Amino acid sequence: MTESATLRPTSAAADAAELDAARPRGRRRPRRGALANPAVRVALGALIPLVLLGIWWALTIPGAAIVPPYRFASPLAVWQAGVDLAERGELGRFAAISLQRVLLGFAAGAALGLVAGGLVGLSRLFESLLGPFLGIVRAVPSLAWVPLLIVWFQIGEQSKVILVAIGAFFPVFTTVSLALHHVDRGLVEVARAFGRRTLGTFLSVQLPSVLPAVFTGLRLALVQAWLFLVAAELLGASMGLGFLLSRGQSNGRLDHILLAIILLAVAGKLTDSVLALVQRWAARRWS
Amino acid sequence: MAAVELGDRLAGLSLGRSTPATVRVTGLGRAFGDRPVLEGVDLEVAPGEIVAILGASGSGKSTLLRIVGGLDAATAGTVTIDDHVVAGIDDRVAIGFQEPRLLPWRTVADNVAYGLPSGIAKDAGRARVAALLELVGLDDFAGHRPRAISGGMAQRTSLARALARDPGVLLLDEPFGALDALTRMRMQDLLLGVLDTAPTTVLLVTHDVEEALQVADRVVLLGTEPDRAGARIQQIVTVPGARPRDRGSAELAELRAELLAGLGIDRHAH
Repeated sequence: MTESATLRPTSAAADAAELDAARPRGRRRPRRGALANPAVRVALGALIPLVLLGIWWALTIPGAAIVPPYRFASPLAVWQAGVDLAERGELGRFAAISLQRVLLGFAAGAALGLVAGGLVGLSRLFESLLGPFLGIVRAVPSLAWVPLLIVWFQIGEQSKVILVAIGAFFPVFTTVSLALHHVDRGLVEVARAFGRRTLGTFLSVQLPSVLPAVFTGLRLALVQAWLFLVAAELLGASMGLGFLLSRGQSNGRLDHILLAIILLAVAGKLTDSVLALVQRWAARRWS
Repeated sequence: MAAVELGDRLAGLSLGRSTPATVRVTGLGRAFGDRPVLEGVDLEVAPGEIVAILGASGSGKSTLLRIVGGLDAATAGTVTIDDHVVAGIDDRVAIGFQEPRLLPWRTVADNVAYGLPSGIAKDAGRARVAALLELVGLDDFAGHRPRAISGGMAQRTSLARALARDPGVLLLDEPFGALDALTRMRMQDLLLGVLDTAPTTVLLVTHDVEEALQVADRVVLLGTEPDRAGARIQQIVTVPGARPRDRGSAELAELRAELLAGLGIDRHAH
């Protein structure tokens, strides 16, 4: 009896008291009132786009002549242009090729960014070797690459995918290398003290520590990927949403321009939402 | 009764090297640059002995512990554990740090499992983790994340993780220093109970004289001498009386005053 008493001096009640003391740490402030309702939040989020749509529609009422038609296309005209392009098969082809370029470039750039960020974040040698060089490359404005890539790779798929990859590389590289620098040294020491070697330490401590940051970097990279895609397609393409933009500009097709902008917004938001879901899961799982 | 059974279960799960080890520190010195921190430290700790290392802050007590644990390297002298010279991390040694240092993305049970020696069979590992959680009274919290438990519970998890390694030597670096006074006393009792069940040699670094007297067989007082920069052993005291000791005993009070004086605190001043 005395043995078990010394062995378990912390009674269940004491544990409960300790837990109570621990509870307030790191809790998120609960949402209150009407904002607790998801439907209300969705409705609030949709409010400004709907108001803008209304203003757009009002500005372009035929005959009202608030804005002349050659300056602005009505929502209906944009919708019809979309239907028209879709019937000709162009819309699907353009959207698909743009998405393909973004995804390929994003995958390549993010993968390279992970590797380079990992090397620079984990190794002093690679930090000294790669850090300054990548800092310089990073300072080159994105559009400056376009002529070079076109000379080297012609106006094919390669030049566009490479440009998108350049865009996706840096956000991932930067967030991963920085996050690795800030991994809790105490935890790294624990890994060492419990017999983990370099790879074991990386897999059990460093990688889980930086995973939330990795997803932040990936989301930033995706935004950059779409940005660089449009740059690539504006400056030399025969297909894609960026091409729809530049063709609309030269033909004076405002409906096509507005359609392309809306499609880019939707595509960017959708792809970002997918990553946001993964990020939220990762943040819960790894922190 | 339960404790004896648990001890048998742990012993049954032992990995063949859980016998407490001898620690021998010989002529140990450590300097950071040209600033000596430790000089000529000699100490022998018998298997199963609990030795508290007491010293003011900056006396090099944590450095001594880190060298024994292979996390730091001595600039002079050697440390041997059962006649093996320590060079780098040693798999017979486990360390408990002042902060629990749990992996926040792992559950309490998975954090304890992190301490298991490599190559242990999955089932044996799981059984050992379960027994250790029971030993530190956290079996009901196995699935909790570290952020959902209290500081004392986190420190118990850290202790269980260290024991999961099945160490011959357990090094504890002010493990209860950050806890409130009541929790600290409870943890000291818990540590003694745990060591009854899973015996090992213990080096406990502390700045708390009370804690040293409550837990240790011997207390080593580290400190610097007036004309020397590096700390060395000033005094080694054998603590009288079997554990658990009465925190209020007169004999301990006398020893406490003596050790406090050794730390530079005048007994008449309080």
